[in-house]
Amino acid sequence: MAFEGLAQRLQGTLQKIKGKGKISEADVKEMMREVRFALIEADVNLKVVKEFVKTVSERAVGQDVMKSLTPGQQVVKIVKDELTNLMGGEQNPIQFARKSPTVIMMVGLQGAGKTTTTGKLATVLRKRHNKKPLLVAADIYRPAAIQQLETIGKQLTLPVFSLGTDVSPVEIVRQALEEAGKEHHDVVIIDTAGRLHVDEKLMQELKDIQTLSKPDEVFLVVDAMTGQDAVNVAKSFDELLGITGVVLTKLDGDTRGGAALSIRSVTQKPIKFVGMGEKMDALEPFHPERMASRILGMGDVMSLIEKAQENVDEEKAKELEQKFRTQTFTLDDFLDQLQQVKKMGPLDEILKMMPGFNKIKGLENAQVDESQMGRVEAVIRSMTIAERTTPEIINANRKKRIAKGSGTSIQEVNRLLKQFEEMKKMVKQMTNMQQKGKKKMKMPGFDSFFR
Amino acid sequence: MSFFKKLKEKITGTNETVTEKFKDGLTKTRDSFTSKVNDLVARFREVDEDFFEELEELLLQADVGVETVMELVDQLRWEVKRKNIKNTDGIQSVISEKLVEIYKAGEELDANLNMQDDLTVILMVGVNGVGKTTTIGKLAARLKEEGKTVMLAAGDTFRAGAIDQLVVWGERVGVEVIRQSEGSDPAAVMYDAIRAAKNRKVDVLICDTAGRLQNKVNLMNELEKVHRVIGKEIEGAPHEVLLALDATTGQNALIQAQTFKEATNVTGIVLTKLDGTAKGGIVLAIRNKLNIPVKFVGLGEGMDDLQPFDPEKYVYGLFAEGLEEEAWE
Ligand SMILES: Nc1nc2c(ncn2[C@@H]2O[C@H](COP(=O)(O)OP(=O)(O)OP(=O)(O)O)[C@@H](O)[C@H]2O)c(=O)[nH]1
Ligand SMILES: Nc1nc2c(ncn2[C@@H]2O[C@H](COP(=O)(O)OP(=O)(O)OP(=O)(O)O)[C@@H](O)[C@H]2O)c(=O)[nH]1
Ligand SMILES: [Mg+2]
Ligand SMILES: [Mg+2]
Repeated sequence: MAFEGLAQRLQGTLQKIKGKGKISEADVKEMMREVRFALIEADVNLKVVKEFVKTVSERAVGQDVMKSLTPGQQVVKIVKDELTNLMGGEQNPIQFARKSPTVIMMVGLQGAGKTTTTGKLATVLRKRHNKKPLLVAADIYRPAAIQQLETIGKQLTLPVFSLGTDVSPVEIVRQALEEAGKEHHDVVIIDTAGRLHVDEKLMQELKDIQTLSKPDEVFLVVDAMTGQDAVNVAKSFDELLGITGVVLTKLDGDTRGGAALSIRSVTQKPIKFVGMGEKMDALEPFHPERMASRILGMGDVMSLIEKAQENVDEEKAKELEQKFRTQTFTLDDFLDQLQQVKKMGPLDEILKMMPGFNKIKGLENAQVDESQMGRVEAVIRSMTIAERTTPEIINANRKKRIAKGSGTSIQEVNRLLKQFEEMKKMVKQMTNMQQKGKKKMKMPGFDSFFR
Repeated sequence: MSFFKKLKEKITGTNETVTEKFKDGLTKTRDSFTSKVNDLVARFREVDEDFFEELEELLLQADVGVETVMELVDQLRWEVKRKNIKNTDGIQSVISEKLVEIYKAGEELDANLNMQDDLTVILMVGVNGVGKTTTIGKLAARLKEEGKTVMLAAGDTFRAGAIDQLVVWGERVGVEVIRQSEGSDPAAVMYDAIRAAKNRKVDVLICDTAGRLQNKVNLMNELEKVHRVIGKEIEGAPHEVLLALDATTGQNALIQAQTFKEATNVTGIVLTKLDGTAKGGIVLAIRNKLNIPVKFVGLGEGMDDLQPFDPEKYVYGLFAEGLEEEAWE
């Protein structure tokens, strides 16, 4: 029941506006309806979606369609670029205090992942920044919250400061800072209790902790699965505390994570890290572009489009299509085709970027045999020009020669010739179909490279 | 008698405190939601396309999800046409009725737990941090109050402090917790716990499990195994598999429900954290598509913050305040 990504959603609409040179207002309007739904299904807040769609529409109308793209692809690209933009530039590093210790405060709703992220962050600080962090157990409410942090501290062999559950969190933090001074900790991470943004009493407690400890960073920890409410949560925490950054947790799940965009647009604060698992090393920097693709549910389809854009020669592709039509496709053209595909990068990678590829039954484990491609190339290269254009003349003797020349076997030469024949047949059927349905040409012969 | 009068009578006629508690917890939810519905009604004299569009948006912002919202609003359009409603006065009740209807989908749902004469085993499942362990504590308190003897199984042997957390809840409620050390096989904990529960002849055994994201194949397999082990020890067990869903969660909750249902045959949902401002509207979609009923709602972190889910009250809580006010004026 995974939701359709934008690319799938747009397919119907795209068909209609194929082959136009400019993007018209009507095209944009129709496509933006789908963009709107795709974003809502990705849990982007409705108001944020509306604003976004407005901006993108304005940008898209009247744009020239890039030579290598269809108008639809172009719109998808604009949407994604804009989304990437909004999500912020490169990730900001942690803000360290001029005078030690740097104080980091973790805040957020219940169960968002604050305590776990406290441990992960300490790991990063120690490993990457050579710091000596002190973890502070300031959650006196949740049952066994202190034990949880202490267990994490033990796992990481990092000190945890706690005073049990009978001392107020503000007092705990006060004493922790003293301790940090004495023990020369250069970073103090305060794990606060989860709380609702509408719980005035507990929100005030956070404010008190902040006033006392003057943190250099206040990280709002947000579950990536959060829905429409993310804006209310982010806004409340930000208004009260002036958060300095966001950590998006549980991104190792299969949620689209539209909350990222919502939070970003209501707070304008950077998303600094993403949680990618329960283990202590599962904290990664935030990548706006990846997040944008994810929200749009298109794998890395844009990178794919871009790769194709860079590498596939449009004129050549047209020529090839013509050859298909007129049935004058030769082994030489086949070789050409291979080159083009190869230029796009490792096939496995390309396929991985295609959304939904891993969902095709039976293909989950398909591996692209690249060495096979090299061998095919070698075989064709060992043929004479005449052989390449009219493979029918290749008799047993010629086969022997070709096999020897390419360092392959007669069987391999046979296999290639057979594949080529089949491909031609297929192409014939396809062109027949095309005359009726006018479907987009597929890269021929691709399946022979799957084991 | 109108739907709301009936509903009101039904509610005031029944357990007052439960209703109050439920309504209290829903106050924030209701305030924002109802005031929006009221705004909507006030702004539109006529039920036209703009009206439906606004309504659509209102529901989308409650996390109901595009598909279910479309369906609902289409049905409303039809209903309005059929009943020839021209102004917005009558629309609120139609909306609420429709929501309840969508939720029920024609059948009366049994929100009660499937209790056995001897040992009832309840398995709690869900993704990370949604409130499984807390719900177990609350549920144990509820059942104990009803006079049942309860035992808990600390099946989350993975997360730091998870066992301690359940043990604290056990102490709070005054029920025994069967535990092994951190890192041990959860299936073995369940096996132990079932034997202990049988020996002590308790009425209900509630089993905690570690939070897991539904796309983690290994962890879902582990959960299936836990489920199987319980079934091997007692035929027909677990008698309830409760999926904890966080009301704050958006559309992913639907995939959660589907995947956990496939792995463990989920019998009911506990919608947690409904005391916040999130609406948990996705349960409408889940009910609609997967036919899993919500059995309880979590309205806070305290021991008595678990209430049975009643779709009529739920919808009433979302919409009815405005109507009530009108009636009093
Ligand atoms: N899969 C996954 N699980 C995570 C991630 N971050 C946290 N968790 C899990 O989410 C659950 C809740 O995490 P906690 O760190 O206890 O959350 P918290 O915000 O401290 O919770 P409270 O203190 O109760 O408010 C635990 O099961 C964690 O293991 C993540 O990035 N990925
Ligand atoms: N406000 C509110 N908080 C809740 C509710 N239910 C649980 N919580 C809080 O949510 C946080 C996580 O709850 P847990 O019971 O630890 O969640 P869990 O699903 O067992 O988490 P993992 O075992 O780590 O996957 C805790 O801080 C709870 O106090 C609720 O109904 N309302
Ligand atoms: Mg915590
Ligand atoms: Mg738990």
